[in-house]
Amino acid sequence: MAAPVAATPTLQRTPLYDVHRELGAKLIDFGGWEMPVQYAGILEEHRAVRERVGLFDVSHMGEFDVTGPGALACLQWLTPNDVARLEDGRIHYSAFLTEQGTFVDDLLVYRRAADAYLLVVNAGNTPKDFAWATSRARGDVRIADRSRDYALIAVQGPKSAGLLARVCQPDPSDLPYYGFRDTRVAGARALVSRTGYTGEDGFEVYCRPEDAAALFRRLLEEGRRDGAVPCGLGARDTLRLEARMALYGNDIDDTVTALEADLGWIVKLSKGDFLGRDALVAQKQSGVPRRLVGFEMIDRGIARHGFPARTAAGPGLVTSGTHSPTLGKPIGLALLPSGATVAGTEFQVDIRGRAAAARVVPTPFYKRSNAP
Amino acid sequence: MTTGNPEELRYADSHEWVRVDGDTGTIGITDHAQKQLGEIVYLELPEVGHVYNAGDEFGTVESVKAVSELFTPVSGEVVAINKGAVGEPGIINDDPFGDGWLIKLKLSTDEEAAKLMSADAYAEYVREEEQEK
Repeated sequence: MAAPVAATPTLQRTPLYDVHRELGAKLIDFGGWEMPVQYAGILEEHRAVRERVGLFDVSHMGEFDVTGPGALACLQWLTPNDVARLEDGRIHYSAFLTEQGTFVDDLLVYRRAADAYLLVVNAGNTPKDFAWATSRARGDVRIADRSRDYALIAVQGPKSAGLLARVCQPDPSDLPYYGFRDTRVAGARALVSRTGYTGEDGFEVYCRPEDAAALFRRLLEEGRRDGAVPCGLGARDTLRLEARMALYGNDIDDTVTALEADLGWIVKLSKGDFLGRDALVAQKQSGVPRRLVGFEMIDRGIARHGFPARTAAGPGLVTSGTHSPTLGKPIGLALLPSGATVAGTEFQVDIRGRAAAARVVPTPFYKRSNAP
Repeated sequence: MTTGNPEELRYADSHEWVRVDGDTGTIGITDHAQKQLGEIVYLELPEVGHVYNAGDEFGTVESVKAVSELFTPVSGEVVAINKGAVGEPGIINDDPFGDGWLIKLKLSTDEEAAKLMSADAYAEYVREEEQEK
């Protein structure tokens, strides 16, 4: 009997799809998007970002406009970080949290003006986030899903500032970390922010979809003398993990609280009420039962997402794991019971039925020398 | 599109190759397999002396993004492992049919290898597998 044939789901494509094909990318289904996982190879692309500059298509990310006289108050309610502390042209990391203090998503908040914000959310979560935010919004505010109006190119690496200085008018290379401005990149209107998901100096360029292909090609061409290469989601994952940046769906989701994720710094309990606050206050008082920690392997092997962990204080779970190209050894993140989270604590990971020793280590695994 | 599969090797549908030399069989993974995996960063091989039946798992190979089990297409006792490849797994990518070999077995029989695919049949097999995607 022949197996039933599943209908091939239609994958969404970014405006850079043809460019990826041209550049020989290996494309994969990433949360319903047909995205490049690698071009020349993950290790080489990873190295390019650590030493030179790499270009990533992250147009699949979602963008929401939050505007109106009640925008600030509404975002104070919807997100745990203190939006009142943001100035125009500044960004902070935050989240949408459930009533239980767990993650609906993690996100960036850009303040254009006191009554105008841009939220950048994870691609696969965009419809869920939009429904969640609009159903819980309060006051005189308008939330609009602008995801289709933006393409997004990340320019990451120590040579990124020099590269953008040559193609942008005005020059964004004097932006502070987590600052942004409107500019023109190779003549095309764009919003450029000094942000990224690599642990390296870098920028993210939000442009119109119809300008994206020409812009990506121009950046690659202009960056040739810097050793710029196109990079895929494979390198993006190894880079973010070395920098200990959480990945929604791996390290954080609606079963993990912001405190368990060790993201207490985005939770501003003193700013007033917000979604998830009560649960987080309660968890803080009763004690956080488990924490997301970094680990390295003592025994050989890579401990990957979903592998069970065994500690002296009880069971845990590996949430991310890979071979660190910079350190040349296997690293990962795991949710471990609070008695087992001190650096130096040894525990076991079940690697396909084999017990392999691992050790809790301080994070980030990699920190650039001129970090802000 | 997979060309350059050496004629003198025999191929398994799990993408390993066997080189028979007297009663010794050398096993590795094909060029197609290493391309599918991407850059290999970790290799786990058995100890010398292990005895396997055809189809047994004898180790794992991991790239940055994926892990893959290794299966021996032939039965026998492990008489050598490629320590160079364990220390520097990238040579499997660089030279999968040569310096990137994995283990050598003292073959229990010469019949199993004879039943494996020829280079041409394997190339055809890969082509069909690609089309099914």
